[in-house]
Amino acid sequence: MALTPNLTAHWDEPDSYTVAGYERHYGYQALRKALEMDPDAIIGELKESGLRGRGGAGFPTGMKWSFVPQGDGKPHYLVVNADESEPGACKDIPLMLASSQHLIEGMIIASYAIRANHAFVYIRGEVPHVIRRMHAAVRDAYDNGYLGKNILGSGFDLDITVHGGAGAYICGEETALLSSLEGMRGQPRLKPPFPAVAGLYACPTVVNNVETIASVPAIIRNGGDWYASYGTEKSKGIKVFAVSGHVNNPGIFEAPLGITMRELLGYAGGIRDGHNLKFFVVGGSSVPMLTEDHLDAELSYEGMEAVGTMLGTATPMVFDETVSVVRAITGWLDFYKHESCGKCTPCREGTWWIDQLLHNLKSGTGKTEDLATLNELCAQILGRSFCALGDAAATPYPQALNLFRSEFEAGTHTAADDLFDPAASVVFSGVKTS
Amino acid sequence: MALTESTRAELEEIVKRYPQPRSALNPMLHLVQSEEGYVSPEGIELCAEIVGLSPAEVAGVASFYTMYKRRPVGQHHIGVCVNPQCGILGGEAIFDALSNDLGIGNDETTEDGKITIERIECQAACTYAPSTTVDWEFMDDMTVDKMRDVVDKLRKGEPVKSTRGPEVQGFRASERAIAGMDDGLAESGSNNADAVMLRGLTVAKEQGMPAVDGGGK
Amino acid sequence: MTVTTTASGQASPPVELVTCTIDGIDVSVPKGTLIIRAAEQLGIEVPRFCDHPLLSPVAACRMCLVEIEGQPKPQPACAVAVGDKMIIKTQMTSEVADTAQRGVMEFLLINHPLDCPVCDKGGECPLQNQAMTAGHAESRFEGVKRTFPKPINVSAQILLDRERCVSCARCTRFADEIAGDPFIELLERGAKQQVGTAEDQPFDSYFSGNTVQICPVGALTSADYRFKARPFDLVSTPTTCEHCASGCGLRTDDRRNKVQRRLALEDYEVNEDWNCDKGRFAFRYLTDDRLTHPLIRDEEGDLVPASWPEAINFAAAKLAEVHGKVGVLTGGRLTREDAYAYAKFARVALGSDDIDFRARAASTEEAEFLAAHVAGTGLGLSYADIEKAPIVLLVGIEPEEESPIVFLRLRKAVLAGTAKVAAISSWASPGFAKTGGTVLAAAPGAEAEVLAALGAKAGSLSEAAASVADALREPGAVILVGERLAANLGGISAAVKLAGETGASLSWIPRRAGERGALDAGALAGVLPGGRPITDSGARAEVAAAWGIDEADLPAEPGLQAAGIIEALLTPPVVDEEPAPGTEEDDALIIAETAVESAAAADDEPGDAADAAAEDPNFEAIIEEPEPRISGLVIGGVEINDMPDPEAFRLALKEADVVISLETRLAGVDAYADVVFPVSVDTERSGSYVNWEGRIRPFGKVLRDATTLTDGRVLAMIADELDRPIATEDSNAIRREIDGLGFYSGTRPVPPAVTAPVAATPGSGQALLASWRHLLDLGILQAGEQYLAATQRPSVVRLSAATAAGIGVSDAEDVTVSSESGSITLPLVITDMPDGVVWVPGNSPGSAVNASLSVVPGTVVSIARGGQA
Repeated sequence: MALTPNLTAHWDEPDSYTVAGYERHYGYQALRKALEMDPDAIIGELKESGLRGRGGAGFPTGMKWSFVPQGDGKPHYLVVNADESEPGACKDIPLMLASSQHLIEGMIIASYAIRANHAFVYIRGEVPHVIRRMHAAVRDAYDNGYLGKNILGSGFDLDITVHGGAGAYICGEETALLSSLEGMRGQPRLKPPFPAVAGLYACPTVVNNVETIASVPAIIRNGGDWYASYGTEKSKGIKVFAVSGHVNNPGIFEAPLGITMRELLGYAGGIRDGHNLKFFVVGGSSVPMLTEDHLDAELSYEGMEAVGTMLGTATPMVFDETVSVVRAITGWLDFYKHESCGKCTPCREGTWWIDQLLHNLKSGTGKTEDLATLNELCAQILGRSFCALGDAAATPYPQALNLFRSEFEAGTHTAADDLFDPAASVVFSGVKTS
Repeated sequence: MALTESTRAELEEIVKRYPQPRSALNPMLHLVQSEEGYVSPEGIELCAEIVGLSPAEVAGVASFYTMYKRRPVGQHHIGVCVNPQCGILGGEAIFDALSNDLGIGNDETTEDGKITIERIECQAACTYAPSTTVDWEFMDDMTVDKMRDVVDKLRKGEPVKSTRGPEVQGFRASERAIAGMDDGLAESGSNNADAVMLRGLTVAKEQGMPAVDGGGK
Repeated sequence: MTVTTTASGQASPPVELVTCTIDGIDVSVPKGTLIIRAAEQLGIEVPRFCDHPLLSPVAACRMCLVEIEGQPKPQPACAVAVGDKMIIKTQMTSEVADTAQRGVMEFLLINHPLDCPVCDKGGECPLQNQAMTAGHAESRFEGVKRTFPKPINVSAQILLDRERCVSCARCTRFADEIAGDPFIELLERGAKQQVGTAEDQPFDSYFSGNTVQICPVGALTSADYRFKARPFDLVSTPTTCEHCASGCGLRTDDRRNKVQRRLALEDYEVNEDWNCDKGRFAFRYLTDDRLTHPLIRDEEGDLVPASWPEAINFAAAKLAEVHGKVGVLTGGRLTREDAYAYAKFARVALGSDDIDFRARAASTEEAEFLAAHVAGTGLGLSYADIEKAPIVLLVGIEPEEESPIVFLRLRKAVLAGTAKVAAISSWASPGFAKTGGTVLAAAPGAEAEVLAALGAKAGSLSEAAASVADALREPGAVILVGERLAANLGGISAAVKLAGETGASLSWIPRRAGERGALDAGALAGVLPGGRPITDSGARAEVAAAWGIDEADLPAEPGLQAAGIIEALLTPPVVDEEPAPGTEEDDALIIAETAVESAAAADDEPGDAADAAAEDPNFEAIIEEPEPRISGLVIGGVEINDMPDPEAFRLALKEADVVISLETRLAGVDAYADVVFPVSVDTERSGSYVNWEGRIRPFGKVLRDATTLTDGRVLAMIADELDRPIATEDSNAIRREIDGLGFYSGTRPVPPAVTAPVAATPGSGQALLASWRHLLDLGILQAGEQYLAATQRPSVVRLSAATAAGIGVSDAEDVTVSSESGSITLPLVITDMPDGVVWVPGNSPGSAVNASLSVVPGTVVSIARGGQA
């Protein structure tokens, strides 16, 4: 399947992030069109496009917008989830650096559609340059009359606030993000009420991923049917894929949904020279891993479901045969334990326990029964935690055990680093082997 | 260092970005950190007063987020991603070397107060694994040797350029940028698109795959 | 005029019901009911930790997961509302729910220290109990537990053992949502998450003790009770709090007849699930320094122990000497039954109507108001009513300081958006600020003026005042006056007038637990039990019949109130008649003037008045004729420093020929007493209080072995000795007698219409004194409570910026407030308040207004830079 540069089409022009650079390539044409449209017609166009949330959950965007009650007398808000923190996910950060105005134009159109007059970009705190870039891009848009009062004479007003977070993976969960944006501990909130009804400041709020919103202008400009012509029946449109890990040419690739991992690997120059694929994780660390057997599965929502995993962020991490699965899984559980917000028991205590057992296996001091216990503990978290972070923490292990049981069994007597020399996995030279 | 009236004024400016004052807490605490090098009790009280919360409420917020530090951070902060992919591709080796070279552990600062090192979680730069940061600016595709060179320069006060960002300015300066204070470094004239970001576009052009953003019209 | 109408009679809108099935049983509940509550109605208990019916649901602990048909995952019963036709299966019938709950319990225990044998909660611990019902017998966890240094003080009173905490956030939600004191918060993240405070700001909340009670594990304990007892060694008795007029139901736990702790008793009509820290922690006074035997004054003037018969005989003989000239003063500690005994004792045994329960600044205006609108009116405006009032206007009361449960209800209602609050006050206190209300600023003494303006809706009203004035005219509006308003003449009359003009309900909130009951019991001159006016012959006849005496033997004219009694003792009788006592000119405020004069006289003329008389033939000539109006006192539960002019009261006590004191401990009056009788405290008897609503709050005897005598019993013995029996030995008998009498049904007296005097204008270096008491202060019922005392609000003086500038002081500098009697020096907090007003706490460390200044709020005092008074 061919690559389809869309959001990335003009990244080879250094000023792609400016209004001027963007306007050279259709920039803000969609906004002009949108402001002539009835807001509900925009939502209709989004529904027709089949665009689904690009943050990982894949919820239909047009439908999400349509849940916002109208005429309720309350302020409405649009919040862009730019808290990209899922291990493996690294597409929104480049988008904000180089396609800043796509995002801003998308925000204006989305705000107009849901009748919001204040929109926010919640950017994870650890990326000062991205925060700078978005502040500057917003100033640029104000200076060009795309933000503020009476945008393009339409009578529509919009302000955008760029917000820097402070280091908490959980804030990628939309209700935790809203808590954080309200100046609270970034812990998730009860749903219902859903943000569309009671989100930011208990007002109707749409929370969408960066890529989702950045995709909006082209959809409005070219039509929902245009966008829907890409991708598969259930996974329409174009996706920004980011391929990382043990490949020769890691990077950003834009292609229709439904492309296969084998195709993407080809564009990325294949597995690093002299090595073989061991496993890859498509949707971020929170989804079950896949192996060579799944290289021809469609990278689509339904295609990934069919092979027992999820498309998630569509940012495959690739690992070759030098990598210990036990080490990788233990590392991810370290992460989930560190990032568990502490609110609910299963996630807070479960990650504490699971992580200890995995460390035992990693150091070769595990017990045989730990393998089964770990599966049970994961089951005790899955579907019982407050939010998806707990589910995510409970996901990597069972699949890894299924695919690489012997490595875990070895954890009862041999350290992972003895089975797999860590130095062999390192991608630069000069690290001594143990 | 005591927080000054001008800091208070800047904190109050940040509040104005939001419909409700409390929303400003994240950037406000970053600004406190840019002044104090960490989130000081004094800073917590000042933020609490400005947004109308109890100090306990602000402390609850401050202690929730990894970026807010309890002890002063050094002049420069080095983050090494040890999340599995980066860690496996070399992050762990880089951190071990750093720790060994500097004689400090995670979240510790060299005696001269120049450098603090931290094992960080996924930095959303996986295509640049192993990914690291200096003062939270991207230092992509790191190696042990390159990191030694960076540390050397930082200690000597020589310029260090981020791979996708400006010359690093110091931890406190970055905290100001994170707080949303304009430091004039955004307009670098470049969208920071390097070979990794351009990979797909490059392949597409090489193989004659057209851009689709025009909708074919 | 309807003053204390209740809205509870109003028809509520029809409730929409939904029907669901829980464990196969159908149940219909109001729409919006949470599954966990619906299950409770069926007697099905779903295990829970974070759930609390009065706190917002968080669904954090995940202990209450249940299966809902059609839902892929088990759902938290504490956070999901019942849907119509929903089919719910709890752990009783669902493998999914049971497994989920057991999994959560296993997780909860991995980091728990399992130190039940040394934990205060052991034996009454939801974690311990639910681990039995929903846990595994053996733990699979062999790893490293999370540990913390133990314990930490979140306040002087509250200790936290972090390793026991299950992060249910009940305590932090309570602090934030209920008390409005978010000084404890969840800190850190993930497995490190823990409850804590900010540096230098402890959890000093008046309600902090509730967090100990609602903590579902042993993480929060009180310094007071820590390691004191095991729940299974305790005997629990339902009681009523004696510390204020809120009327909290409590549970008093004793071990072998020693009180170990007190807890809030769930009572959704009154205190819901809460109480204040004073009510919870201040009970050392019940046991410390108790008087154990009667004392009589011997010929050398010393108080010496005496046998009961000896003391009774002695007291009766003394009283017989001054029959007809004895006044009765009672204090706030009295139960309704004891107050009734005093009321009956005065009228029957002493033949006197000179009685007053108001051991504080009081006025005739107030007495008339109480007689007209409060006495014997029963349950009136209720907590439920103030929760749905379009406006609750507070005058002369700071609910958080003076009636904390009223505060909690107001705050709850304000947060729920069902009520609004406004106050006529000199400044917005921290407690008031937490209700988010409007302060209509008034200098002390100017309350009447503001009330009148609200009634007249004059054009000059501020926007805020105008909206209050409008709201007062809406159905359900409420005016709450505190006892402090009595000190500002005309205030009560203005409140009555405003209620009449607007249709708002008017209720009175005294500060002490015993006042409303004492009023109903007839412990006020002119008011017989049940609110019967003494001037009404029908009312007298009813009382006489109940008491088995001739109506003719009952006084038919109102006697002296406290101020009059004291004045009568202090003022040498003259031939010319003074204005009749009990009229409007005669007022409590006279106490202050008289006191100053008397104190001056005492200073000029060393030695007591009797000596003076002996030496001065002219003086003697004057006092010979006529007889003094009052020469004896029977006193129960009066603290000298509670009187507005303690020095004047002391002089009066000295003047009295006979003083009979009934006390629980030696605390002041005994120094002037001829006989002192030890009497029971609340734990040693049953009885009741009547809270501000007019709700009777009975309580049982806690200490089963106690043998102390009640006030009623002592008074009955004296009365028997006087051959005028009153039969008040038994509290139950008194209750029956009170019930038999019922309330007055005749024409009520006319309410007062006192015109406020022109407010004094402070000159340079002067200010009008404003003051109220902190909840936690030097009150004697808090004596010896070191942990509680450590959580007091600091004593400060408050001035407006302009007033402070006028005397050249700035924030945090010392200011001295002085009267002719003395001074108070405290650090200044510049406060948004009217110029020319100074506020100090009424009875806090370094600030005992009555004792030091001997003036009431509204008086002009001097203010100066600290030390320059």
